[in-house]
Amino acid sequence: MRGLFFVLTALAVIGLAFWAYQENYKTQTAISEVRSLYDEIGAAHERLGMLRGEWAYLNRPDRLADLADLNFDRLGLLPLMPEAFGAVDQIIYPLPPIRPITNPIELSFEQLSQQENDL
Amino acid sequence: MSRAPLRPLARILKARASGENPDVIEAANRARRHEAMADNQRQRAEGRLLVLGLAFFLAFGLIGLRMGVLAASIPEEPRASAVGSPIIGQRSDIVDRNGRILATNLQTYSLYAHPRNMVDPANAAKGLAEIFPELKEEELLAQFQSDRRFLWVRRQISPEQMQAVHDIGSPGLLFGPREMRLYPNGPIAAHILGGASYGREGVASAEVIGVAGVEREFDSFLRDPANEGAPLELSLDLTVQAAAEQVLEGGMALMNAKGAASVLMDIRTGEIISMVSLPDFDPNNRPRVLTTGDQSDSPLFNRAVQGVYELGSVFKIFAISQAMELGLVEADTLIDTKGPLSWGRFRIRDFSNYGPELSTTDVIVKSSNIGTARIAMQIGAERQREFLDSLGFLAPTPLELAEAPTGRPLWPDNWSEISTMTISYGHGLSSSPVHLAAGYASLLNGGTRVEPTLLRQTTVEQGPRVVSEEVSALARDMLRQVVVRGTASFGEVPGYAVGGKTGTADKPRLDGGGYYEGKVISTFASVFPANDPKYVLIVTLDEPSENSGSEPRRTAGWTAVPVAAEMIRRMAPLLGLRPQVDLAEPVGVTLTSN
Repeated sequence: MRGLFFVLTALAVIGLAFWAYQENYKTQTAISEVRSLYDEIGAAHERLGMLRGEWAYLNRPDRLADLADLNFDRLGLLPLMPEAFGAVDQIIYPLPPIRPITNPIELSFEQLSQQENDL
Repeated sequence: MSRAPLRPLARILKARASGENPDVIEAANRARRHEAMADNQRQRAEGRLLVLGLAFFLAFGLIGLRMGVLAASIPEEPRASAVGSPIIGQRSDIVDRNGRILATNLQTYSLYAHPRNMVDPANAAKGLAEIFPELKEEELLAQFQSDRRFLWVRRQISPEQMQAVHDIGSPGLLFGPREMRLYPNGPIAAHILGGASYGREGVASAEVIGVAGVEREFDSFLRDPANEGAPLELSLDLTVQAAAEQVLEGGMALMNAKGAASVLMDIRTGEIISMVSLPDFDPNNRPRVLTTGDQSDSPLFNRAVQGVYELGSVFKIFAISQAMELGLVEADTLIDTKGPLSWGRFRIRDFSNYGPELSTTDVIVKSSNIGTARIAMQIGAERQREFLDSLGFLAPTPLELAEAPTGRPLWPDNWSEISTMTISYGHGLSSSPVHLAAGYASLLNGGTRVEPTLLRQTTVEQGPRVVSEEVSALARDMLRQVVVRGTASFGEVPGYAVGGKTGTADKPRLDGGGYYEGKVISTFASVFPANDPKYVLIVTLDEPSENSGSEPRRTAGWTAVPVAAEMIRRMAPLLGLRPQVDLAEPVGVTLTSN
């Protein structure tokens, strides 16, 4: 009885040691994964910062004004002036949509000349 | 286990036969047995002691080793326990009220040298001098051949330059990562942003510190990693600021001024939407501070905040408003304007003779010094001082700029009766354009004090009351009259009901003796729309002169007012203000949907 107990205890210790060993390695893998993710996030932040900086630089008001001047022939952009504001009643209503033609009248040159001759 | 008998029969018999005492044999045997037992026990005890000693030795050895490892290893952050977003170590961005970037960071590289590792210093120096034209080959070579271990070559280099240096192939030339502060909009809002430079520098990183403006004022906030990269939100509007700078720069050139400043302020919150000081600079490449001469000639000088000048007649509205608040005059009370007004040896004159009497409104509309001085005499020195203090004219502005405390207003130590009279029309008290903007905003927004701020506000905090609603409305009406039929007739912008007051003040001589002839500061302080006040705009030109006529005209009505009108025309639509159009006939039925 006691012998069996000793054997079982020893087996349990071996089993727990094996489990702890595995957990340890899993944890270390997870930590290194987290570390590489942080590195990735950091690099992404850096890239994002660079892109945002570039966006701001390319959209700086001086450059936009120069571009508007350069492309004035095509775009005709002017600084926003008070005249740009309009009243609601200056906006036209949308044109009614053209309905599909359901009852077409066939006309040809001969028919037309025939009709003119009849008249 | 077999035990040796204590009285072995053979020996006992032999002993008895020879007449010896057999007990001796027993005693000897017993002693031998005890000795063996003691030996055995000692051995076991020694073994146990050895095991115990070994265990203690291992335990202490382990602890000692661990301590050694802890002491010798580099500290590391416990990554596994970090939750949330990772720490962002960069300096925070600065953005405008709509989130457009005013300042951000860029990852660049620095270039340093370890001269001892150089194989061919002459070639390295030659290559570097070719890549960086501002470096001298001989100086570099001398430095590389001295016995220095380390030297900085360049603080920041571009990727192209980095590749070129790489191509030199010298093992003594090394790169370190370096964060660089970038102001993508160039000189726009330069005085507000200030600039940044490097503090403690290392090979692996360098500390970016603010040197002026909000960069310096909010340095600890911008560097605080606890913000996790949250930007600093300013009250500025980048588009409006750019338009203001463009128009003001044009106006300054047209009016031949040597400097100009403008402040656009939200009348309720005190937020500064745009603040310009010209000439300006590029914060990416901040010029050096002047070591000689007048600091106000440097482009670093922020005229809007640090430029403390006597601003002239723009102050008249304060005296008139206070007199109306105190019930001393009404808008149509007639004021004696016979000139010149003598007080001791002083004589107060008007620009031209406006006749014997003017109504209070006309004192403002025609800008009569005599009329204002007479009203100020009724108010008295003490009450005038208290009123100007309540508008913030007697302390530096609480603006969130490192330079703000240097914009300290100047006033006479002895606030005498003559000081009261001159201060009422803006001479004797020097203040900055931001002071004036805050004063006008407080007076005209319905009469509650506003504090100027550069940070975006989300709520309107009602300040203490300065004047009543009625007086505020009357003051706005008077300022509107100035534009409609007074000195600021060029200030009319159709649809925006501009109201304002001009001010032309002679520049005091630097040596302290009197005023310059023909050098003025011309100011236009305006509010728009006057019937529903939203913004206050102050425009100041330094030494302007409008030369289209036969003789140069320097009054604000000819210089600052047209510039301010053009600024309002450009900025008001950008601020989302619709022009108020008087419709010829009322609009009938308006269809809203079909």
